Amino acid sequence: MTILATEGLSLSFGGVRAVDGVSLSVPENFVFSIIGPNGAGKTTLFNLISGVYAPDDGSVRLAGADVTGLKPDRLARCGLSRTFQNLQIFFRMSAIENVMVGRHRHERTGVFADLLHLPAVGRQNRETRAQAEAALDRVGLAGLAGQSAGSLAYGDLKRLEIARALASEPKVLLLDEPAAGCNPVETAALEGVIRGIAAGGVTVVLVEHDMRLVMNVSDRIHVLANGATLAEGTGAEVRSNPAVIEAYLGVHGAREAAHAAH
Amino acid sequence: MAELLQFAFSGLTVGAVYALVALGFTLIYNASDVINFAQGEFVMLGGLVTVFLLAAGLPLPVAALLAVVASTLVGLALYRFAIEPARGANAVTLIMITIGASIFLRGAAQVIFDKRYHSLPPLFGDTPIRFGGAAILPQSLVVLAGALVIVVLLWAFVDRTLFGKAVLATAANKLAARLVGIDTRLTVGFSFAISAAIGAIAGILVTPITLTSYNIGTLLALKGFAAAMLGGIGSAVGAVLGGLLLGLLEALSAGYLSSEFKDAVAFIVILAVLFVRPQGLLGRARVERV
Amino acid sequence: MSVRSLDERPAAQEQPLSKARSTFVGSLGRHRLMPVLLLAVLVALAPLLFPSGFYYRIFALVYIFALAAVGLNLLMGYAGQVSLGHAGFMGIGAYAAAIGPAHFGLPGWLSLIIGAVLSALIAFLVGRPILRLKGHYLAVATLGFGLLLAIVFTSEAEWTGGPDGMSVSRLVLFGWSVRGSETWYWVSAVLFLAGAAIAYNLIESPAGRAMRAIHDSETAAGVLGVDVSRTKLLVFVISSVYASIAGSSLAFFNGLVTPDVAGFLRSIELVAMVVLGGMGSVVGSLVGAAVLVLLPQALTFLHDYEHMVLGLIIMGVMIFLRDGIVPSIAAAFRGRRG
Repeated sequence: MTILATEGLSLSFGGVRAVDGVSLSVPENFVFSIIGPNGAGKTTLFNLISGVYAPDDGSVRLAGADVTGLKPDRLARCGLSRTFQNLQIFFRMSAIENVMVGRHRHERTGVFADLLHLPAVGRQNRETRAQAEAALDRVGLAGLAGQSAGSLAYGDLKRLEIARALASEPKVLLLDEPAAGCNPVETAALEGVIRGIAAGGVTVVLVEHDMRLVMNVSDRIHVLANGATLAEGTGAEVRSNPAVIEAYLGVHGAREAAHAAH
Repeated sequence: MAELLQFAFSGLTVGAVYALVALGFTLIYNASDVINFAQGEFVMLGGLVTVFLLAAGLPLPVAALLAVVASTLVGLALYRFAIEPARGANAVTLIMITIGASIFLRGAAQVIFDKRYHSLPPLFGDTPIRFGGAAILPQSLVVLAGALVIVVLLWAFVDRTLFGKAVLATAANKLAARLVGIDTRLTVGFSFAISAAIGAIAGILVTPITLTSYNIGTLLALKGFAAAMLGGIGSAVGAVLGGLLLGLLEALSAGYLSSEFKDAVAFIVILAVLFVRPQGLLGRARVERV
Repeated sequence: MSVRSLDERPAAQEQPLSKARSTFVGSLGRHRLMPVLLLAVLVALAPLLFPSGFYYRIFALVYIFALAAVGLNLLMGYAGQVSLGHAGFMGIGAYAAAIGPAHFGLPGWLSLIIGAVLSALIAFLVGRPILRLKGHYLAVATLGFGLLLAIVFTSEAEWTGGPDGMSVSRLVLFGWSVRGSETWYWVSAVLFLAGAAIAYNLIESPAGRAMRAIHDSETAAGVLGVDVSRTKLLVFVISSVYASIAGSSLAFFNGLVTPDVAGFLRSIELVAMVVLGGMGSVVGSLVGAAVLVLLPQALTFLHDYEHMVLGLIIMGVMIFLRDGIVPSIAAAFRGRRG
């Protein structure tokens, strides 16, 4: 069953078609990767799907419902969460508090209760903290819960964002270049994390440049170039697609690669 | 009609001063991301120093020149001893530093000069010129002409000289400017100096009409800031436009409604503009990159 | 490869020996309201050091301004939204305290509550459009809003006494007339401590976490389900109530209210208290209020040089303790210990 779909999604920035009529359909429980050369429009596509930008044209459907142009917080309540290519960490808060914010849409106390710290707030805080600890544990950061987010290493911050998004219990999780800037060990760890998330019944949409990671975890791969769809298929299909090779290596490079293969 | 002309002229005169203060805000903001709430104190210094040097027996041109030089030095000192040491502090901290500087300068002026209001002799006498039924002070024309000359000179400087381009480059991207060999400390310091000089000239030009005193700076800073935001922060043309517009609005509402409400009308218009265009009249909307 | 094994860093190490002791002392020391308890002790002991009754009056003012500063700190220091017009809400509270009894024969305490409700309502109405603005644009819009309120207080002379202001009748609570500096010292201290406790409650609550999150990244907060504009509005309303109650208290305490209470300089003063003491620090707001109330008193011996020195001190503090007094000192302490 399709959980997330876009139909002719387009957005221009001052005349440049950053995303140009992209249609894709993500089956439930898949790890669905979106790849493409730099500037292909991957992050812009993510920003359109997650409601950070509003599209000029086209639509987004989440679990069958039209969610085009909904604000991010509404989308979050529909079960869509994401991480960011350029980290968006709450640096003034501790690691665990970052993840606790991820529980926001499940928290049920009213403002007056919060102001007066009624017993319900204490219960809510304990429950939120427990869930947040579990989410930190899933990405292997349990030991750093009390640390200030500002003091964490880059690779840890990447995983902290994943934990934060997971804490909101999304149906669909968008991961925007989670391995960017990570060393090979961190990237390998990430692979396990992504597999774990998918095994937990969450659909993962992944934008990533690290091809080894993409090939290892993806059920299906969608290739963008210049804002438009170039190809879609399994890892093997995409890898052997001449158009994809050309987009990545250029015409000349593609010819050389073909020679090398012989 | 004559009445409207009268209000419009006095509005444009005050507006020209707001425009120059807003231009000072913009120059410093572009160069250093600092909102300089001490900007109004330069206007005060220009006027008061001229008044007191004149009283000390110096001829007006010499007194005025020395006043501009003095204000420029104060502007440089503000940068060197207050803004530079706080490099990298957050925006609100930097604003508080300039507010501290403004309190300091006001206090200093009160000690060095006095707490009274002072005037300067107008350049071309005070016989009003009749124009379309309105009586226009010659000094109003001097203010407007002065503002025009400053804007043109500034434009020519930025557009036509290498150093001007360096200032522009610093404003656009400080790191990139440094990488191509521009001494950004020099260009930022220069922006403070030129802002101070512009403020001082505005103060000297307008003192014959509005009088000056040690405490006029706060209100001018407020109006200049509002004008800069109305135009869209960072846009020099927007600053001038915002200043003139604010002056006009004030004069018209003071004339046709009541002087009590002149600030009210001005700010209601500013609020209305910002609700429609959150980036000011000529400011550019920013797309947040994530 | 398992994920856990890659997490080389050890968990925060608990030493078994000190564990039993640290659970009790630790949980008390870490309690949300511990700072309020410590402040309460300080407030109770401070009068022992007062050389004269005059200091009751000064410190009553400190607590009243600290209350407003705590509210503004929630907005600026925690949620990251600037307001250069917060004295406007102090003005609403102050004039409610004056007008309620004088024109409608209402009891003072009820007037204070009406003022707070009115402030909340006005904050709610203007907050939605104003809080869409960011950074310096938000600053100029709040500045304009505060200015408009001050103009209303000045011009509606029939109701407010115009530029000269009006006198405020004494606050009477359950037949007890609140009068004298010493009484007001305790009343304002209780108000401030209650305000501080509520602020700490909020900071560590679901709504508080949402509000702190939008300070660092509105985008990330939104993606996690935080309604950003609603959260900003909420903090704006809460902080307006703090300012309003502080304004009412100031009016009762002084027995007089003038439009200055809502003026631009007052707004700047409130911002200065928050920034000087430390954004994002409730204790900092008290310190900031103390500095800005006490300093002018302490500097009067300088006569004409008072403003110069005041300006220099503000610049010096902000240059050398750029995060504000309390956070900078706390960071220095942590740095020395480890």
